[in-house]
Amino acid sequence: MVIHMAQDYIRFTKEMKRDYTILIPNMLPVHFRLISRVFQNYGYKTELLETEGPQIGETGLKYVHNDTCYPAILVIGQFIDAIKSGRYDPHKVALVLFQTGGGCRASNYISLLRKALERAGYEYVPVISFSLAGIEKHPGWKLTPAILHRLLYAVMYGDLMMTLENQTKPYELNHGDAAAKSEYWCARLTDEMAHNRISYGKVLKNYRDMIFDFASIPMNRTEKVKVGIVGEIFVKFSPLGNNNLADFLNSEGAEVVIPGLLDFCMYCVYNGLVDKNLYGRGRFTAPVQKLAYKFLLKKQYDMINIMKENGMFRPSTPFDHTVSLADGYISHGVKMGEGWLLTAEMLELADEGVNNIVCTQPFGCLPNHICGKGMMKPLKAKNPDLNIIAIDYDTGASVVNQQNRIKLMLAGAARMKNKKSPTVNDNERTDSALLNNTPQGLHV
Amino acid sequence: MVENKEIMLGIDIGSTTAKLVACRAGKIIYSKYERHMSRVRQKTAEMLREMKRVLGNVTVKAAISGSAGLGVAEAAHIPFIQEVAATTELVERLHPETEAVIELGGEDAKIIFFGSGIDERMNGTCAGGTGAFIDQMATLLGVDADELDELSLRAQRIYPIASRCGVFAKTDVQPLLNQGARHEDIAASIYQAVVNQTIAGLAQGRRITGHVLFLGGPLSFCAGLRKRFRETLGLDENMACLPEYARHSVALGAAFFAENGGESTDIETLADTIESAPAVRTSRAALPPLFESREDYERFCARHAKATVGTLDISSYSGTAYLGIDCGSTTTKLVLLSDKCEILYSYYSSNKGNPVEVVREQLIKIYSLCRDKIKILGSAVTGYGEELIRAAFGVDIGVVETVAHYSAAKYFMPDVDFILDIGGQDIKCFKIRNGAIDSIMLNEACSSGCGSFIETFAKSMGHTAESFAELALFAKHPVNLGSRCTVFMNSSVKQSQKDGAGADDISAGLSVSVVKNAIYKVIRAAGPDDLGRHVVVQGGTFMSNAILRAFECELGREVVRPEIAGLMGAYGAALRAMKLESSTLLIAEELESFEHKSKAATCGGCANNCRLTVNTFSGGRRFISGNRCEKALGTAKGDGTAPNLYEFKRNYLVSLSEKSVKGGRGTIGIPVALGMYELLPLWHALFTHLGFEVVMSGMSTRETYEKGQFTIPSDTACYPAKLMHGHVEELIGKNVDLIFYPSLTYNVEEKGSENHYNCPVVAYYSELLHGNLEDMGRSRFFYPYLNINSKRELISELIKYLGEIGYDIPKSEIKAAVNYSFAAYDEYMSAVRTEGERALEYARKNGRRIMILAGRPYHIDEEICHGIDKLASSLGFVVVSEDSVSHLAETPRVRVLNQWTYHARLYRAAVYAAQHPDTELVQLVSFGCGVDAITTDEVRRILEDGGKYCTQIKIDEITNLGAVKIRLRSLMAALDEA
Repeated sequence: MVIHMAQDYIRFTKEMKRDYTILIPNMLPVHFRLISRVFQNYGYKTELLETEGPQIGETGLKYVHNDTCYPAILVIGQFIDAIKSGRYDPHKVALVLFQTGGGCRASNYISLLRKALERAGYEYVPVISFSLAGIEKHPGWKLTPAILHRLLYAVMYGDLMMTLENQTKPYELNHGDAAAKSEYWCARLTDEMAHNRISYGKVLKNYRDMIFDFASIPMNRTEKVKVGIVGEIFVKFSPLGNNNLADFLNSEGAEVVIPGLLDFCMYCVYNGLVDKNLYGRGRFTAPVQKLAYKFLLKKQYDMINIMKENGMFRPSTPFDHTVSLADGYISHGVKMGEGWLLTAEMLELADEGVNNIVCTQPFGCLPNHICGKGMMKPLKAKNPDLNIIAIDYDTGASVVNQQNRIKLMLAGAARMKNKKSPTVNDNERTDSALLNNTPQGLHV
Repeated sequence: MVENKEIMLGIDIGSTTAKLVACRAGKIIYSKYERHMSRVRQKTAEMLREMKRVLGNVTVKAAISGSAGLGVAEAAHIPFIQEVAATTELVERLHPETEAVIELGGEDAKIIFFGSGIDERMNGTCAGGTGAFIDQMATLLGVDADELDELSLRAQRIYPIASRCGVFAKTDVQPLLNQGARHEDIAASIYQAVVNQTIAGLAQGRRITGHVLFLGGPLSFCAGLRKRFRETLGLDENMACLPEYARHSVALGAAFFAENGGESTDIETLADTIESAPAVRTSRAALPPLFESREDYERFCARHAKATVGTLDISSYSGTAYLGIDCGSTTTKLVLLSDKCEILYSYYSSNKGNPVEVVREQLIKIYSLCRDKIKILGSAVTGYGEELIRAAFGVDIGVVETVAHYSAAKYFMPDVDFILDIGGQDIKCFKIRNGAIDSIMLNEACSSGCGSFIETFAKSMGHTAESFAELALFAKHPVNLGSRCTVFMNSSVKQSQKDGAGADDISAGLSVSVVKNAIYKVIRAAGPDDLGRHVVVQGGTFMSNAILRAFECELGREVVRPEIAGLMGAYGAALRAMKLESSTLLIAEELESFEHKSKAATCGGCANNCRLTVNTFSGGRRFISGNRCEKALGTAKGDGTAPNLYEFKRNYLVSLSEKSVKGGRGTIGIPVALGMYELLPLWHALFTHLGFEVVMSGMSTRETYEKGQFTIPSDTACYPAKLMHGHVEELIGKNVDLIFYPSLTYNVEEKGSENHYNCPVVAYYSELLHGNLEDMGRSRFFYPYLNINSKRELISELIKYLGEIGYDIPKSEIKAAVNYSFAAYDEYMSAVRTEGERALEYARKNGRRIMILAGRPYHIDEEICHGIDKLASSLGFVVVSEDSVSHLAETPRVRVLNQWTYHARLYRAAVYAAQHPDTELVQLVSFGCGVDAITTDEVRRILEDGGKYCTQIKIDEITNLGAVKIRLRSLMAALDEA
């Protein structure tokens, strides 16, 4: 499938590469840190935007149609807020945004960003479309095989690091240990990739060393309630988008489980295969996608197996199993937005024994009508222990409202946990006393 | 455990009320329920001290619950239990036989199902405001909550009122009031809207049966609301009951919870702890204050005091006079002008739920002031109640709102180039270019945060609108409440209450929110230059200095607010009346004996069966409202023969059912909704040729929606999608063998665009239906993934998928049927295009204006477009659809991905309108359509580049046709003047 942009756009030239700062929105805090470093190692002056605060959403609302999805409002708001901040020379700055394409309105983020820049008076700022499909051409932005290779490992390392951090942070005895490990490994791995050829043997060794290192954190392993986070990719991963959901859950005494980014990458590749199967489209690209799929799956299995060796951490679910979990719930033909993957990830969590789930979505997200809220009923019917709460994120949504609903889910989780390990309850007498002494309700 | 003599205290702090319950040995020994007026900490402490006076300073174990209690509990280190969890615990202990709990609070609605596993549900963010909504509605009717309840018990009929959220419901109630519907009926309808919203939004397909418990404030106080619930759920009095503790159920649950944790303290210490708990702001950072200093404020006041208008003491004047009436959504304004445009008399007041009576009283007063020396030569009326007031009092002319406001502003500031009017319910903005209205922007339900919202809010906090606005001026840390919609703002207020914000900061925050909503959502401005050099602001809401200041700050530019900002509509109307020479206005004697009766009726003019309100006045004058077309009035302007593409397409599709024949392969049902509105000819021909008898669902009605609303899982989906549920239910009822709605990622490929997707909802709604439909009866849901752009693919897919469900049909047969089906589709589309061309020709031959009513194929559904096509026809337009003219224009270059088939047509239709002076485009946008958030700006740009007006109408479950009519009439007025 080829998408042409119907308009001219400012190209990111080779000259620009020399002295332009390239801003990256903070979609996935762990992964994007790695990815940004990879680009830096190849001579790009990338900078990951870690700004936060209400002015980001406000700026977004100013320049983007207010009914557009929340992620677009935040990402665009964050960019324009950064340009306006005075920290950069607006004539020496470029923006990069990821683009997957597809029938969801999210494929319009690039266009919306350019329109917003125009309205804000920065129409000269180049916007780089980061797309593996090569939707646009930018002479100064080349995804060479070497970079792509490193990006792949940035995703792999990122997933592992996120998983390890999530599984250690709630239990660490010294606050900050897990975060410090992540910081250390992020620097170490990117440095290594900058200065050395990538050898797969070394990668596998890195996995082992990283797992070993995280396992060495002093921990109190009293089990905590596990809460999974799934949803639209931006609000699922980005603390800016989900009002620091993972931190909130941690502070409520829960362990957070987040299915990784690799799943989403493989989902994108897998959809190409599905398109061929269902509609006979993409006869020529399908074989390549099939190869890519098998390649990625193999990589994922390697990582899972190494996690199993150590035994201390729960490995993620292999993607081919995730694929099969959707059967009987939703067709793999649902490929807009997070599509069937969203449903499958909830099942994946249930499969791992994580029955408490926050399903995050931007307010009014179209695919989530179908794959999120639309699938709750069949999911609960077949998995009665599932305890899912759908939370809408938006500039106007209040955090209290969201936290109150999450607390409701957590109360359900606690009840479920107690049911499994019953404790002696000696309140019965009080209850019957109350029953005898208060009227049984007025019949109206 | 030994007898527990300790006192357990439950504190429930909700969005509007605080509740206390103290128990000892299982007995309730003290309880209290009070509104906290946002003074969360102080109020709770006060209530505790009051309790201390009764019980003494005893030792208690306390727990807190409730949405506003969260922050207090955290800050004061008191155990917290989520309110639904508290209720669950309570009900399990006290009423174990309960199968479902319905609990309504000030903001949130909850349903808890017991039985096989506990299922706790809360409303989504977009469906908030239950108790708060009832309060607001009572204010609209000019009664208190108890009176509203009494009224509801005497209802005779229920009007359909949108159940999406409080804001939508409000926009439906408003016109009912202005049309003179009985207050008893409106009151019951308001309750019914709450019932529908709760059931549709929360039960989502799970039936509410067995023992049901009503809990929470609104259900305790409103017998009428319980009645509506019982009737809707079909439960008798024994099954649905209200326990005595209903009002404080959450507090009682919290008291139970306190047994298990928490430390014992005496009441005074507890009160102190709560009062002095640090207020930690977890919400968005505070905004800068509106005024830094008194001096700032005084300078500001002095500047605005200059914008005055001439007035004259009526007792010193004799001669001719002209009357202007502005009957707005929530307020009524009157202005009497001298022949030199000086104001002799003016009046501004709330409608009190009965604008006719307000106007009558005022006219009597005016006549008494005029005596014999002033003669009224002309009168004009504008606003929502224009037609009602005109009919009631014989007012000479009706003036379109936009025209009235522009006339007033122009008189005031001849070179005005931008007018922003924020009234009680509406925001209107117009740009003026070359002395003519250049573009008009009106708010829709989701951006209706304006005057009446603030007013009701002020009242709920114990203030008048004026004193509340006064508070805002010197607030130190205005809270940031966002601008999504008033329901969201309400919940942001709750959050700021949790953080300990006071009424002054909330008032200032609301002022800023109203302004941001107007600038960024209604006007869509990025900076001051998007407005203009000479901005006039007006409308009752701008009488508040806080709002005016917030607007100037946000814009970074000074604007002019006329002294008579609230009267501008009436002033403009009076100016228009000056053209008149003699008046038909009722005279004083007629007003004394004036009578007004209203009754409900149903129009039998067509299948719509519009529910009418018939107003009759003394002297035999009548005013009928509630009609979608002019048939009920017998005054249609259209001659009935003018083409209307919406009608044409509807007739074509309905007539397909005549082509269905009994076949050997059984019956297949096709729900006529969403994408089927276009592909029906294709699938109908296909299955007919394959030997199926094709059974179509009928055109949608309100009942279609109601039939299916119980299985809708996502309340923010668009109405066209929600209707799908009813269509499928209808087919299930017809016992068809198969029900067919295919999954189509890709729509028909038409040249010129970059791709040809369906939107995610049209593409995959089948999956949602499959997952959420309860009982398919004997029907089987057939929803294969198909490719309709390749015959070869489609043939092999059909062989495969039909084979999978037991229909082994030879390839040759399928091939032939597919060929027929594509021919049938082409025939339909070319018929639409031919009729489109005929309509254009007809319009040009007869000198009619053309309106491209542009939406999606499913917008022709009468339940979706609410008869807007007929309304446009009756106003004299020839109505064509986007797909009937899109072939006559080239694909424009748009700045977004042009990748959806339906939307590509929209852009081409906009180009056609931009290129033809006699053609206007009105875009229909369904609420919740995410894709249209992308397309509307592009359509606007195409039209405005071509020097055309851009009119976008948001439609949903129920649409206030009165507002649509004002928009279309404004458009016509602007065209006439240009």
